[in-house]
Amino acid sequence: MFCEKALELVRELHRAPDGQLPAFNEDGIRQVLEEMKALYEQNQSDVNEAKSHGRNDLIPTIKFRHWSLLRNRRCTVAYLYDRLLRVRALRWEYGSILPSDVRFHMSAEEVRCLKDYGEFEVDDDGTSVLLKKNSQHFLPRWKCEQLIRQGVLEHVLS
Amino acid sequence: MSESYFQVESGALGPEENFLSLDDILMSHEKLPVRTEAPMPRLGAFFQERGAEPDPALPQGSKLEIPLWLAKGLFDNKRRILSVDLPKIYQQGWRTVFSADANVVDLHKMGPYFYGFGSQLLHFNSPENADISQSLLQTFIGRFRRIMDSSQNAYNEDTSALVARLDEMERGLFQTGQKGLNDFQCWEKGQASQITASSLVQNYKKRKLTDMED
Repeated sequence: MFCEKALELVRELHRAPDGQLPAFNEDGIRQVLEEMKALYEQNQSDVNEAKSHGRNDLIPTIKFRHWSLLRNRRCTVAYLYDRLLRVRALRWEYGSILPSDVRFHMSAEEVRCLKDYGEFEVDDDGTSVLLKKNSQHFLPRWKCEQLIRQGVLEHVLS
Repeated sequence: MSESYFQVESGALGPEENFLSLDDILMSHEKLPVRTEAPMPRLGAFFQERGAEPDPALPQGSKLEIPLWLAKGLFDNKRRILSVDLPKIYQQGWRTVFSADANVVDLHKMGPYFYGFGSQLLHFNSPENADISQSLLQTFIGRFRRIMDSSQNAYNEDTSALVARLDEMERGLFQTGQKGLNDFQCWEKGQASQITASSLVQNYKKRKLTDMED
């Protein structure tokens, strides 16, 4: 049956828990695109034959391949879109500095999209605090929120 | 704290699936029984064993099981290419079982997208559509109370036994209920104002430690 590889891509993402980003399956995408090319070419040939030799009996077969093409497209687009949502979540949580093992899982296009976004960030802080490990500070909430979300600081309730 | 990954939700309970929803894609991969009403040239190889012919056609009148997405595509009201049968669990026999006691059934085994698939099945204009939709609704009504109660009362415990027989939609509801419960408990303890490292970051940190230990 067709579209098995495309479904595998979707399953891969569906299995990844809580918004984590698995490695970009470049090989999988390539295989889906190859299958789509083969389906399209077979359909082109059958459409020509149907038109020139009046073979209307080929129409169900053509429709079958057509829907397989649409299914492959849907799976691929949904895969890319869901990865985009995960990349966005990572950007929101981590800010512009991503840990290297996360970056390793992203395609070149995904990394570039993060970088461009990061350049617009302006960090303007007059005061400076030395954040040594295990030291405690009293900092305004808005200043430390992002560092707490990134796991650098811990919020201690008094 | 609020999360930042919001996946595309399922539309299967409504008139149409959501194109980008991973859940709907998986749901529409489930198979249903069909009968071909026209021969399909050159496709015989997929559904039958290898014959002597190089490019066998799939004959008219073949009975096979195909995924929902394909059935939707090839179906039309005049049934020119195929006609669709109902899977057993949506037929009269099982509908009677559900109406007797909806709570005992393992909908995960029957689905796992029992409600979504059943709703999309209505597209094939079966004469039993009215009964199918009533059955879906009543089954859900029968099970809902127990799902709500258990999701609101299971705090900090292993819930696998509670969700084992729920279909995916019910599991989603259960999780939403659990989240509400946990958020409330957190607020009651005065921890709601505490900012914590995001769970996404924490999960990645956990994984990193495991990698180093290998």
